[in-house]
Amino acid sequence: MSADLTSEGGHGAVPTGPEVPVAPAPALSRRDWPLYEVFVRGKRGLNHVHVGSLHAPDDEMAVHAARDLYTRRNEGVSIWVVQAADITASSPDEKDPMFAPSGDKVYRHPTFYDIPDNVPHM
Amino acid sequence: MPAPVPDRPATSDEAALQARFDATIAADHRIEPRDWMPEGYRKTLIRQIAQHAHSEIIGMQPEGDWLLAAPSLRRKAILLAKVQDEAGHGMYLYSAAETLGADRADLTDKLIEGRQKYSSIFNYPTLTYADVGVIGWFVDGAAICNQVPLCRSSYGPYARAMIRVCKEESFHQRQGYELLMTMMRGTPEQRAMVQDAVDRWWWPSLMMFGPPDDDSPNSAQSMAWGIKRHSNDELRQRYVDMSVPQADVLGVTLPDPDLTYDPDSGHYRFGAIDWTEFKRVISGNGPANAERIARRRAARDDNAWVTEAATAYAAKHAS
Repeated sequence: MSADLTSEGGHGAVPTGPEVPVAPAPALSRRDWPLYEVFVRGKRGLNHVHVGSLHAPDDEMAVHAARDLYTRRNEGVSIWVVQAADITASSPDEKDPMFAPSGDKVYRHPTFYDIPDNVPHM
Repeated sequence: MPAPVPDRPATSDEAALQARFDATIAADHRIEPRDWMPEGYRKTLIRQIAQHAHSEIIGMQPEGDWLLAAPSLRRKAILLAKVQDEAGHGMYLYSAAETLGADRADLTDKLIEGRQKYSSIFNYPTLTYADVGVIGWFVDGAAICNQVPLCRSSYGPYARAMIRVCKEESFHQRQGYELLMTMMRGTPEQRAMVQDAVDRWWWPSLMMFGPPDDDSPNSAQSMAWGIKRHSNDELRQRYVDMSVPQADVLGVTLPDPDLTYDPDSGHYRFGAIDWTEFKRVISGNGPANAERIARRRAARDDNAWVTEAATAYAAKHAS
């Protein structure tokens, strides 16, 4: 049952039994289609890169729609689609604890080390 | 290297969030979907991106009317590809609007109910096949002028959508101009048809850049936020300067007796734009407003059974 069903009578006043007439279910529509994020591999040797999103009724239709929408001009050789709801992301609020540890480790970069100019091939 | 943006303050105090947002804009960095942003910024973007998306979708109709009447298989294939691109552009933009919390189906409903607008240029009818060429040359040319700066818009998903759109828009303008060059090499009747289309579309194309700067109340805020990069009048002038030499090569006359080159400024000066017509058309009283919306409504309602069937199929196979 729809979780956002509301009633003037408050909780418990929503009709439940088979003897109680209920409003007909709304027609299935595009509104119910999940959001997919689309990733395209531009050519062999490159990573899949996020290109945008679309709505589709299922995974297979999402791939077909992604092909029509994002690769009309040979932009890709491979497509990934994934439901947006299945992506776990770092949130901006986690920014400090998530990325701060790498901020003060300049010694991880080659430019941290002074090497005389007369040392070849380094 | 661009100046680093200060880290987000630990406090959730709105003033601190606002300061961080302002610093990001000032450093010309991009705002991304999960960043905090002022409500006005979000609302302005949703309105602008939705209006842009609606324009792409409604924009399929004037040219779509000529798909079955294109004079050759080559022209039909080109026009079909162009109209399909417009659909794609609309989808990229709705996708960007959704990252701001808008709902795609709601935006379509708002368009159909007249609560959101689209570019007034698409309320003019395509009377002859030459209109297809002139739309590519003028309308897509003006769109390019408007859209290239939007590739640097401060909102990341909008800017990225615009980069995709602009890559494809160049084909639209060039196919239109080539179509017109072909007609201009044809019979006197064909040349007259091109001139007639130029006469009808020139002024509405200039109106595409929106009201003059002194009558564009939201522009200053949009520019401060980096959503817009140039004023309406600046872009309009740039467009006129680009179009005049193109008209000369084509051999048509732009319908403006006041159009003259000003050697001091290096710009073409043009005549007064009829803003009462612009206001009349954008408020719903153009030649084709009702027809455009009626067709969009029919597309939504008459095709609903397809989406219902696809949804039902997906639900059945998921269980």
